[in-house]
Amino acid sequence: MAQDDKQLIQEVTQSEYKYGFITNIETETAIKGLTEDTIRFISLKKTEPEWLLEYRLKAFAKWKEMKQPNWAQLKIPEIDFQEIIYYAAPKRKKELESLDQVDPELLDTFNKLGISLDEQKRLSGVAVDAVIDSVSVKTTFTETLSKHGILFCSFSEAVKNHPDLVKKYLGMAVPPSDNFFAALNTAVFSDGSFCFIPKGVRSPMELSTYFRINAANTGQFERTLIIADEGSYVSYMEGCTAPQRDENQLHAAVVEIIAMKDAEVKYSTVQNWYPGDKNGRGGIFNFVTKRGICKGDHSKISWTQVETGSAITWKYPSCILSGDNSIGEFYSVAVTNNHQQADTGSKMIHLGKNTKSTIISKGISAGQSQNSYRGLVKMTKRATNSRNFSQCDSLLLGDKCGAHTFPYIEGANKSSIIEHEATTSKISEDQLFYCQQRGINQESAVGLIVNGYAKEVLNKLPMEFAVEAQKLLSISLEGSVG
Amino acid sequence: MLLQVKNLHVSINGKEILKGVNLEVNKGEVHAIMGPNGTGKSTLAAVIAGKNGYEITQGEILYNGKNLLDMPPEVRAQEGIFLGFQYPVEIPGVSMTNFMRTALNEIRKYHGQEPMSAKDFLARMTEKKDLVELTSKLTNRSVNEGFSGGEKKKNEIFQMAMLDPQLSILDETDSGLDIDALRIVAHGVNKLKTKENATVVITHYQRLLDYIVPDFVHVLFEGKVVLSGGKELALELEEKGYDWIKKETENHSK
Repeated sequence: MAQDDKQLIQEVTQSEYKYGFITNIETETAIKGLTEDTIRFISLKKTEPEWLLEYRLKAFAKWKEMKQPNWAQLKIPEIDFQEIIYYAAPKRKKELESLDQVDPELLDTFNKLGISLDEQKRLSGVAVDAVIDSVSVKTTFTETLSKHGILFCSFSEAVKNHPDLVKKYLGMAVPPSDNFFAALNTAVFSDGSFCFIPKGVRSPMELSTYFRINAANTGQFERTLIIADEGSYVSYMEGCTAPQRDENQLHAAVVEIIAMKDAEVKYSTVQNWYPGDKNGRGGIFNFVTKRGICKGDHSKISWTQVETGSAITWKYPSCILSGDNSIGEFYSVAVTNNHQQADTGSKMIHLGKNTKSTIISKGISAGQSQNSYRGLVKMTKRATNSRNFSQCDSLLLGDKCGAHTFPYIEGANKSSIIEHEATTSKISEDQLFYCQQRGINQESAVGLIVNGYAKEVLNKLPMEFAVEAQKLLSISLEGSVG
Repeated sequence: MLLQVKNLHVSINGKEILKGVNLEVNKGEVHAIMGPNGTGKSTLAAVIAGKNGYEITQGEILYNGKNLLDMPPEVRAQEGIFLGFQYPVEIPGVSMTNFMRTALNEIRKYHGQEPMSAKDFLARMTEKKDLVELTSKLTNRSVNEGFSGGEKKKNEIFQMAMLDPQLSILDETDSGLDIDALRIVAHGVNKLKTKENATVVITHYQRLLDYIVPDFVHVLFEGKVVLSGGKELALELEEKGYDWIKKETENHSK
């Protein structure tokens, strides 16, 4: 590689996080540490019913017996779970009815991110459930949605207003004891989003949640539950950026999707949390459990993710294809730069007959980062005539980063087909020069080439997200050249 | 003067490839640079365009009086230098349309112009691709992906037409072309010729020069321009072969 390129990689990989700013909002926090009392405090704060407190406490008991997983290709610094504050909510004086009542500084934060609720509301027709720290500040468009019978609200509200639905479906896709971080989430989750699409209803708009982590030393434990009843359809978007911090922040969210017969759920994520500085200091630990169940026949769940942030990402959005002829999809672009580490992928568990799954994973590593794909495709005995196609591509920028692929395949019947393709490539100097010779500078050229590489996945994103994601890819890698 | 190459010495990994090249190109002129393989033709083109990996040990290149060697490659392109590649690379996932639009707007930005409107851009695409008989099917594809050898070369001329450069250097554009493609490519180049621009055609064979008639022919041999003349030089060269040049230079040096 030429000297110039090397220098450029350095410059770019050293560029600071562009969304690093802190909002001063008074927060009301629980004291540090995790005991049964902490959980009771959270439950009390949220005026939860007894059954939910019991549910949390059971999960906590399980969690205490579990060990933090260490099988991923990640170097995770030791986390002291007693040093974490488990609840933080912006102080509110009264219920908010319109955007005017939202803390102006909060709105300003959204403006800095270019996702002002106001604008979103007017221009794109997107219903936004904005989550800052742990309490939903404002839910919009609820009225329009409720005309269609769609429930879209904060998790806390759902617990209050639709306890039967929550009780019925909570933990169906991700049981409390599923894994260490899911158990932790179940014990201490603070808030999140709840969505229910009734029978035969196609959601007239994309549902969207923006998450932000905003209080120092506060773990984020979001809980999302999406239920698509028979024959319904919903496209759900989750996106996030976080202010710059020195301390590592733990984020252990759980997302559950349940798709009934003939239902379809499209779940898209753009994740841009603070990745730490160029020396690998700070940044978010993103340990997320996302899983969907295609419960009914002919149901479909599709995960699309663009992961550019976080210091450490541990995340495997998965599908359990329980219904016959059900379909699971996973499309992912994961970018790591500087000292970021990502171990991400998907699990496709084929239980029903004639089930189909697709995994398209595009990893992009730059700087001194490590980027791993880890995936499991499992065809059970009953899942006859099922198919999977997996494609895992890695793109390297520079010569100090790493890309790894860990595909696991289990086939228990003879009529199913599993296909796996994998490639590793580098951005070639010839490609860059070709672009430059046409008048495109090196940074734009890398953006162009990387977006081209990730196109298959970006195309799966809803329009308004795709544009943001493209910018994000270019920003995250500005100029890093291989 | 548009381009002035003065006593250019270039090495790759310590090995001297160009050993004092002189070349002057004025607006409105077509130059042909000929010579046997491995004599430094493509090196000259690459150095003018600003490709990495070449060490300029002596000499200078002036473009419109400015020192070209100080400019990064994209600035040279924005200043109006176009290189038609001998081996155009593929860029998967990047559509020709997006690629050209980015390039054109970057060049416009450099000259303080607003980006071209989508409507004007598409009209320009249509007009220019007709020039080299390129189909929409190809321009809708990713850059050079799945293009045949001939299509790649046509695509180079298409890009030249889109970007409207002041100085075009076509590096072995004729290699790998059948006679029909050659005719189309040459027709494109001729159509694009104005009093304000210039073309440098690098070729191994005289064949291309039947279609693109040069004002000047230079013979590059062992890193130097050993002979310059009018278009008849190309014919003479074709007739006598490069051995003739070899003998001539040997005699000359004796």
